[in-house]
Amino acid sequence: MLRTLAGKFSSSALRRSISRRSHPNSPGKLTRQLCSSILPDTLDRSSDSYARNSDAMEGLISQLHSHIQQVMNGGGAEAVKRNRSRNKLLPRERIDRLIDPGSSFLELSQLAGHELYDDALPSGGIITGIGPVHGKLCMFVANDPTAKGGTYYPITIKKHLRAQEIAAQCRLPCMYLVDSGGAFLPKQAEVFPDKENFGRIFYNQALMSAEGIPQIALVLGSCTAGGAYIPAMADESVMVKGNGTIFLAGPPLVKAATGEEVSAEDLGGASVHCRTSGVSDYFAQDELHALSIGRNIVKNLHMAGNLEGHQHTLSDFKEPLYDVEELRSIAPTDLKQSFDIRSIISRIVDGSEFDEFKKLYGTTLVTGFARIFGQPVGIIGNNGILFNESALKGAHFIEICTQRNIPLIFLQNITGFMVGSKSEANGIAKSGAKMVMAVSCAKVPKITVVVGGSFGAGNYAMCGRAYSPNFMFFWPNARISVMGGAQAAGVLAQIERANKKKAGIQWSKQEEDKFKAEVVEAYEREGSAYYSTARLWDDGVIDPAYTRKVLGLCLAASLNRKPESTKYGVFRM
Amino acid sequence: MSSITSVFRRRTKLVTLRRRQFSSDAPNSRNRTSERIEKILIANRGEIACRIIRTAKRLGIRTVAVYSDADESSLHVKSADEAVRIGPPPARLSYLRAPSIIEAASRTGAQAIHPGYGFLSESADFAQLCEDEGFTFIGPPASAIREMGDKSASKRIMGAAGVPLVPGYHGHEQDIDLMKLQADKIGYPVLIKPTHGGGGKGMRIVQSPNDFADSFIGAQREAAASFGVNTILLEKYITKPRHIEVQIFGDKHGNVIHLNERDCSVQRRHQKIIEEAPAPNIDSNFRSHLGQAAVSAAKAVSYHNAGTVEFIVDTLSGQFYFMEMNTRLQVEHPVTEMIVGQDLVEWQIRVANGEPLPFSQSEVPLSGHAFEARIYAENVPKGFLPATGTLHHYRPVQVSSAVRVETGVEQGDAVSMHYDPMIAKLVVWGEDRTGALVKMKDCLSNFQVAGLPTNIDFLLKLANHGAFENGEVETHFIELHKDDLFIDQNDSLSTEQAYNAAIHGASIAAACLCEREHATMREGFPGNLSVWYADPPFRVNHCAKRTMELEWEDESINGGSKPVSADITYLPKGKYLIETEGSSFPDLKINVVHLRDNDYRVEHGGLSTNVSISVYQKDEMEHIHIWHGPGHHHFKRRKGLELAEIDEFQQKTAPEASSHPPGTVLAPMAGLVVKVLVKDGTKIEEGQPILVLEAMKMEHVVKASTSGRISGLRLAAGQQVSDGAVLFTVKDE
Repeated sequence: MLRTLAGKFSSSALRRSISRRSHPNSPGKLTRQLCSSILPDTLDRSSDSYARNSDAMEGLISQLHSHIQQVMNGGGAEAVKRNRSRNKLLPRERIDRLIDPGSSFLELSQLAGHELYDDALPSGGIITGIGPVHGKLCMFVANDPTAKGGTYYPITIKKHLRAQEIAAQCRLPCMYLVDSGGAFLPKQAEVFPDKENFGRIFYNQALMSAEGIPQIALVLGSCTAGGAYIPAMADESVMVKGNGTIFLAGPPLVKAATGEEVSAEDLGGASVHCRTSGVSDYFAQDELHALSIGRNIVKNLHMAGNLEGHQHTLSDFKEPLYDVEELRSIAPTDLKQSFDIRSIISRIVDGSEFDEFKKLYGTTLVTGFARIFGQPVGIIGNNGILFNESALKGAHFIEICTQRNIPLIFLQNITGFMVGSKSEANGIAKSGAKMVMAVSCAKVPKITVVVGGSFGAGNYAMCGRAYSPNFMFFWPNARISVMGGAQAAGVLAQIERANKKKAGIQWSKQEEDKFKAEVVEAYEREGSAYYSTARLWDDGVIDPAYTRKVLGLCLAASLNRKPESTKYGVFRM
Repeated sequence: MSSITSVFRRRTKLVTLRRRQFSSDAPNSRNRTSERIEKILIANRGEIACRIIRTAKRLGIRTVAVYSDADESSLHVKSADEAVRIGPPPARLSYLRAPSIIEAASRTGAQAIHPGYGFLSESADFAQLCEDEGFTFIGPPASAIREMGDKSASKRIMGAAGVPLVPGYHGHEQDIDLMKLQADKIGYPVLIKPTHGGGGKGMRIVQSPNDFADSFIGAQREAAASFGVNTILLEKYITKPRHIEVQIFGDKHGNVIHLNERDCSVQRRHQKIIEEAPAPNIDSNFRSHLGQAAVSAAKAVSYHNAGTVEFIVDTLSGQFYFMEMNTRLQVEHPVTEMIVGQDLVEWQIRVANGEPLPFSQSEVPLSGHAFEARIYAENVPKGFLPATGTLHHYRPVQVSSAVRVETGVEQGDAVSMHYDPMIAKLVVWGEDRTGALVKMKDCLSNFQVAGLPTNIDFLLKLANHGAFENGEVETHFIELHKDDLFIDQNDSLSTEQAYNAAIHGASIAAACLCEREHATMREGFPGNLSVWYADPPFRVNHCAKRTMELEWEDESINGGSKPVSADITYLPKGKYLIETEGSSFPDLKINVVHLRDNDYRVEHGGLSTNVSISVYQKDEMEHIHIWHGPGHHHFKRRKGLELAEIDEFQQKTAPEASSHPPGTVLAPMAGLVVKVLVKDGTKIEEGQPILVLEAMKMEHVVKASTSGRISGLRLAAGQQVSDGAVLFTVKDE
């Protein structure tokens, strides 16, 4: 106890001193007077809440890292060893060698499939993400052959489709690194028949190709049955001698069906498909050669850049004035505690400069203009419950940004819209609908980060998953559900009690408490960032300290297309 | 590059005290003023041409270079005021063609011709031709060249002049049986030597009567090829000899002085690699005896201009013998210049102008100590075989008043098979031998050459050897200390040490390469993507990692390539965590700061050092050289990311070409097949000579690697082979 206390004390003291030292360019009084748009440093680093929040976040981040560490190992040592013995790289290594040396890779939904099935399915059995190749951002979709042979579980498909969705939205060339046994047959009912199932992959390939978004497949392993269509549907495909195979039916099935005995290589190897069938276009001697060819294909795309969206990007930008690592100490894990969203904004935007819009009106919603890595953005953040005015302000701000082609960043920490008779009478539903209308129709890039709670209709107005933000990330402390666990337990208990009363059953306080506890427990579990990210309700859980970085990468990816003009539906006035 | 004038500036005091201006009121000076040399043609190439041009420029003399097609854009051509093409690359069609050179001189109006060293410098006919055509030959009289050029004749003259000679046979009668008899009389070991030429070409040491015939015939053939004359002389072979030579200088007024001696004992393949002046561990009495003998030798042939009298010193008896006289400015003349504070090329020109020598013998200074290390493109582990290639990276050391770099090449130039593979001469001066040696070591470890194998690392080992440090030099120095100078693969301790050093080098190289790559990428793409190329590369919730697979080019004997793999984790602010597999080496956290161009400052474990990196492409591989402190390592990396232009079906032969079936014998160097000694299909013994290759006028006998039957031998004399070409295969019987 004593030790932890001491440790806590000294570590926070250390942090304070570091943050002071590392920011010699903190705004002096003069600058502050001249540039009123610089957000002040309001963080009380000596407060209990600061220390409490940092400690709690430290625990959450180490938990996050341990989850990540687990999925980085793929399908386990044995499978990795087997993979290496075939001269194959792991999917992330393949991507590392495809992207420009020393460049960044924005991996998506690393924890997809986390505790989702009885068996572990690290990263959902597929690695997706964005990275540059010869200076062009590409979407990578790489099967992990060490995880269940790279077969498609329902979540695998969902993750693959999500990557395609982002690619389509941002017009990113797609690189499919195929090494998969096809659909996971025991779950065929969940992977095959429905609209957003396996077949959708090829449908997306066709539509993206039609849109002029290049579809490139590198066949680095097996590519059986349905999977065979990935390279076949691609604009260009590469096959590795020996390891890469494409066939609708593998040798055992062929033997069963026709009696023909044939090796995998002779049936659907690189030589067959590059020389005879024409299913593939480039013959690679080995995996590294295939990756080289893959890079070369991107080099030769010569896609006309759309750079209109970038014309306001400044190449020279300032880092935030305050330590981004302090983001780990701002958001409380106890969502009942409030905090000023501006302390997050000041650690995300260039030079901590934020020009606030309608600062004095609807103050529970903070709106304003800033830049992130030189790119102008409009930021919408929560500073409490959404009231009528806040919702109207939000709708107004979104309209301004869409008119000016300014991307929108949503920083969600919302328990919902104000309830109660006064609020209803003021038409909160109408105001909320205006904001939801504006969010839905806005055609500018939208990026959502859930930094705290994401509850109820607040999730809608603040560009939740259903509103198709280009990207959506969770902080590890974030929670999502239709309402808070305690509120839900209260509501459900009330109904239950009424039902029991109708049935004439006595409900003891003890029983009621147990009932409520169960509801709270379920909400607790299902509302966690990991529950969300496992099911792909977001694009990943990120360390708060890297929020600026991730936003910068997402913005650059989102601006890879021409701006579109926004058309709104009928606003209920 | 280096500036000899600065040498003078350094020792202004010495110069004012001792440097005597050539007198302008020399006899006949009135007649000769109009004939003063105002324009010189340099009938040479490379560093010596550059060297002569530099002095000429300082004296206000205009310069004309000549060049073969291979040298069209080389440094000596660029340095000269004018340049004349004289023919195709082979020397006999260009630099050895006297008429072309005379024509070039006429065409450009040069009054004098400086022959440099090598090529026509010791051709009496050429010297005569120059004079006949009305050009001043900057060198000795043709008669002296002729007399000294014939080794047998020169010994007779020297003997008559009372200069001590090595017991031997110098007769015209060249019958093999008679020669053998003479050899038996002298007593073995016996040295076989062509009467013409020099530089150790065609020389053979015969240990026993049985070996005499073969060596004799070989020497005759090589002499004929190199010098056009195949007469041979025999000499007693001195077992523990030193090679000490004396720089002499004469004017046209009968004055001859010596400028002290040089020790050139450290040799490989009978060619000098480190020279120094004065010779270590001799006393002034010995020095003056040696000097007097040299002056007598020169006077015996009425010598004027620069010359060198070479002596062999028997360290066991303390006796010295006349070996030969080189009637030219020697390669190693700068060490003498450094200790006497004079510019010998200037002396040459002034003497050619008819001016008398500025010094009398007693006025010749001797100040400090100087070394010259010859930096060659050569394959040290392959028996110092000459190497060819491109100087992808060439950064000699900074010159100063005490450090000269005599070079004729620049980065990007090729060292071709047509000429001498010397890249540069590093010349250092110090107050004493120890001081000079410290400087030489420092310069050698900072002398950066990449793109072809060099002897720099070997020179450094030589300079660091205890016996060398003590001045215990002799001509068998390298052979005697070979266990220290070459890493023996069977010596596991030194092999492991070398491997660990390479791992360390690989770790630093990996970090620098990441930094370099990153910088290139960052600059290459538009600003809106800069966030994607930020440092360190971003990964969601983990650090970016990569594995760099390198091959260490172990340049020790039988070294070959060894894989070295480094796992790199990118940490913030130019820091890298490097983990190396399979070595006892601890992981390194390396901080890299790019200084400029190829230079980095690297810090790990609180120790920071300067590091230089050179990267170039060759043979579909990326080559990486790293210089870190005194260490230099060479790595190769497969070009993983950028697609080499290879036909995918041909590629099979490309990377696998290095692994030949057992028994395959490859050409150790590019060269000409001189003789094929056995027929394809014959049964052979291990070590049996199969064919003779010649490159840079050096013969190299290719022997059977194992016993068996020879197959695939389709070469004939006169055929050219490239380095590493398959010559034949020995099949097991």
